[in-house]
Amino acid sequence: MTTNIAIATPGNRKMPVYLDYQATTPTDPRVVEAMMPYFTEMYGNPHSRSHLYGWQAEEAVEKARGQVASIIGADPKEIIFTSGATESNNLAIKGVAHFYKERKNHIVTCVTEHKCVLESCRHLQQEGFDVTYLPVQKNGIIRLEDLENAITDKTVLVSIMAVNNEIGVIQPIKEIGALCRSRSVFFHSDCAQAVGKIPLDVNAMNIDLMSISGHKLYGPKGIGALFVRRKPRVRLQALMSGGGQERGMRSGTLATPLCVGLGAACEIAQKEMAAESERLHYLRDRFYKKIMEQLPEVYLNGDLEQRIPGNLNLSFAYVEGESLMMGIKNLSVSSGSACTSASLEPSYVLRALGVTEDLAHTSLRIGLGRFTSEEDVDYAVSEIVSHVKRLREMSPLWEMAQEGIDIKSVKWAAH
Amino acid sequence: MAYSNKLIDHYEHPRNIGSLDKDAADVGTGLVGAPACGDVMKLQIKVGPDGLIEDAKFKTFGCGSAIASSSLITEWVKGKSLDEAETIKNTEIARHLALPPVKIHCSVLAEDAIKAAVRDYREKRGMTAPAEAAEAAGAKPQAAE
Repeated sequence: MTTNIAIATPGNRKMPVYLDYQATTPTDPRVVEAMMPYFTEMYGNPHSRSHLYGWQAEEAVEKARGQVASIIGADPKEIIFTSGATESNNLAIKGVAHFYKERKNHIVTCVTEHKCVLESCRHLQQEGFDVTYLPVQKNGIIRLEDLENAITDKTVLVSIMAVNNEIGVIQPIKEIGALCRSRSVFFHSDCAQAVGKIPLDVNAMNIDLMSISGHKLYGPKGIGALFVRRKPRVRLQALMSGGGQERGMRSGTLATPLCVGLGAACEIAQKEMAAESERLHYLRDRFYKKIMEQLPEVYLNGDLEQRIPGNLNLSFAYVEGESLMMGIKNLSVSSGSACTSASLEPSYVLRALGVTEDLAHTSLRIGLGRFTSEEDVDYAVSEIVSHVKRLREMSPLWEMAQEGIDIKSVKWAAH
Repeated sequence: MAYSNKLIDHYEHPRNIGSLDKDAADVGTGLVGAPACGDVMKLQIKVGPDGLIEDAKFKTFGCGSAIASSSLITEWVKGKSLDEAETIKNTEIARHLALPPVKIHCSVLAEDAIKAAVRDYREKRGMTAPAEAAEAAGAKPQAAE
């Protein structure tokens, strides 16, 4: 069986060029192929112990568990399947906090974490837990001294993401893990954007809990995993009551095809990571270089070196992000501007880096991935350059800047 | 977000982009909004000897709805008297462009911009208008929807 997916390229422009790989990735056709038989032929409940259908499904799920474990250097027994990284993050943070609450009540995380981590922490604060939100430096990376100073004898968990979803920066996970281990604090890392993008090893990095997402690494949506260390053992309280599947930590019948898909996606990513990373580095550098050569006053948000190769987050000064996205309608990108979301607030991640609000409104997140071609990159650059130039010509701020007026010196009436 | 054809047309083919000489005696300039909020509009009018607006130009930093709102209002004010221009309501702009609810503030900004341009022109000419007295007393135009 072969499955073809239509990837939009400049030659085939029925659909815009997809440059939003941090939002989600297409499911790799090889993954889809691996999943198919588990919908219609081997559809047993993997928890059924009394017949062949159940055994087939169980075998498939256990193979997938092994594939997931392998990409992060874990033991298959340490992998819990969940519905996605949001559930994994909730389970890790709330589960650990609740289980150890008689002894410890403090959690350390970071201001640029994903909403589901921040919201889980806020929820725990309402229950009476203490949470420290570490700031980040201008490049988006935390200071280890800040973490060291934040940990107390009441700290039960440190939760720091490996790769940021908006700016792609990589936190010093190995150093954080070593620090947590030396202070006997559990270390959870949201690795939704990291698995398959950068090498990860739960033992070398002293990670105790790790959240994984299927659809960020060319697997299906609706599946994720949580790594929960067995030695030294990490215990957690389940979020849901039920049949006690997944070592009692996550009840509910496993979705066999989705588990198979996640496993297949991890296996492919593990095999191809080095080559894919090299290819994306080349494309990303090409993209960045061409933009910077052709446009003045473009600023990269987040560190360039400590960053996954498939991400660029750029502020195009004097051009509002949503108007730019409206212009580059043949490119599917994401904006850090307020206007794209209902909140009307610019990205909290960019604000945490100290990016001023006016620049935060001008930012685009460009995500490159497995199916991005050099042709896509060149087309995207030319579209962005021409629309930024056009919009700058109609921007009063650009005009003022050209006249030498400092925008910050103007007294604006906030509305 | 799905935008109306009229809005997209104004975004893709904005009318009257540009600048007039802000120091000229027959030009009024309105600059409203703030970069930190994501919208800044500069709207300029050139008033003829007959007291009618003979030209209007704009530049806008903001989303597509803000660009379209300011483009539309420059079309509408041409040929109008200052008093007529001041009566343009944001609701008319919002209705014409079918702005979604989260974009109503863009039309408010366009209304503010034309009012500010008229005020600037009158101040230059040493004219006063009844509306100005109220505004000077602190009654800032509010969102009408």
